[in-house]
Amino acid sequence: MVIVGLCLLGFLVVLSFILGYMERKVAAFMQIRLGPNRVGPKGTLQIIADTIKLLFKEGLTPKASDKFLFNLAPFIMVITSMLVVAPLAFAKNFQIWDINIGVLYVSAISSMAVIGILMAGWSSYNKYSLLGAMRSGAQIVSYELSIGLSLITIVILTGSLKLSDIVMSQAGGWWIFKGHIPAIIAFVIFIVASTAEINRAPFDLAEAESELTAGFHTEYSGMKFAMFLLSEYINLFVVSAVAATLFLGGWMPLHIGSLHGFNHVMDYIPSSVWFFGKTFFVIFVIMWFRWTFPRLRVDQLLNLEWKYLLPISMFNLLLMTAIAILGWHF
Amino acid sequence: MGVSELIFYILAATIIGNAVLAVTSRKIFRSAIYLLFSLIGIAGLYFYMNYEFIAAVQVVVYVGGIVVLIIFSIFLTHEAGNDMKKPSLLRAILAGLASLGAMALVLWTLQMECFMPSDAAAVEPSVNNIGRQMLSTTEHGYLLPFEVVSILLLAAMIGCIVIAIKTRQKA
Repeated sequence: MVIVGLCLLGFLVVLSFILGYMERKVAAFMQIRLGPNRVGPKGTLQIIADTIKLLFKEGLTPKASDKFLFNLAPFIMVITSMLVVAPLAFAKNFQIWDINIGVLYVSAISSMAVIGILMAGWSSYNKYSLLGAMRSGAQIVSYELSIGLSLITIVILTGSLKLSDIVMSQAGGWWIFKGHIPAIIAFVIFIVASTAEINRAPFDLAEAESELTAGFHTEYSGMKFAMFLLSEYINLFVVSAVAATLFLGGWMPLHIGSLHGFNHVMDYIPSSVWFFGKTFFVIFVIMWFRWTFPRLRVDQLLNLEWKYLLPISMFNLLLMTAIAILGWHF
Repeated sequence: MGVSELIFYILAATIIGNAVLAVTSRKIFRSAIYLLFSLIGIAGLYFYMNYEFIAAVQVVVYVGGIVVLIIFSIFLTHEAGNDMKKPSLLRAILAGLASLGAMALVLWTLQMECFMPSDAAAVEPSVNNIGRQMLSTTEHGYLLPFEVVSILLLAAMIGCIVIAIKTRQKA
């Protein structure tokens, strides 16, 4: 058990290196630049160099800050984002903790992330940090509702909160295809709301650099800052993995009805490749958003959630319940 | 002492220690954080007993909801960053006596009551079961309390909207 945990920790750190590199390369691709290309082949060692730089930097603590909470906040952020990884199914028969209430567990633990942000913003003793923390608190608490409702639409179809059951129920086809229009609406709402929940552009008001310098982590430097970065990348991975598991079938290969030859060929691709392929596709889409949409104002952000996403997802939930009861899904 | 008991004692110490710190801390924001740890400890206790659903609900409702609300209200108050004043000695003594008295009362009641192990078959605490019990009208069904609570929540929501609504002033 300890070994599994250590492997997971190592995996997550390596993963955040990969995501950091991918983020910069995708950004460069979107803006027709080259991106990092000097250190190592194709700039792959740039992230290692940056990490070493952060390791050697001095971790400053502001004099007027609440030192205990200031140092605790990055740990809370990293711990909460790592806890959510536990019930994910990475491949066939490869799941660390197949908990009975998987989906509920994921949404419960990710609701704790806001505490770390509020703690960091408050204890920094800085106006910008406090404003950034309050903005992100309001944002996360609001968008959690839409995320919950869009997750429930899939739970209605499967009748189980267990992630392994949800993956197994998609053996005949992924829910995004089998669940008709409500599943597609739920998928879109989930992607939008979870981009907001993990504070990424265009919803990165918590760290809007033109208004708030860097928001809640303005005062952090060195390794403590790196921990915020680490938790951001793990959150990105978790959100994409949950989207891939619930809507795109997790590790389940692409099966089309009774085309047995086609299905058989698809089965030869390893299940982990399917899982990571889908996850990285969703990650790519979320990174794409960043360079496509301008940042929203605070009032627009709250309007989007309370006046559009929430009513739509409530109506969508009713529609999905009707479909599930009448048995119209495949 | 087995590992299981050890985990229980660690959890219990976390809950009690943080609860004590929450009421003795001079910084109000720290109090909220200690309260948070205490509540997480209780969720851990539910996980320890394999009541996963209740544990997740504990985290959603208390940690994700109530503590965040408390922290927000701390942010919006004046002088939240300053240390609170030390209470007067008389007040401290009286408060201490009151809490000791309450603790003694609870302990005494627990000692007096003799608990009988139930003969009824154990009910599996799965989400399916809880959902069915919640909406059943049979002997142990909770349909009526469930509906009453929903109406209470609806009334609270309407009250919030009435308070928050902006009246358009005539020029």
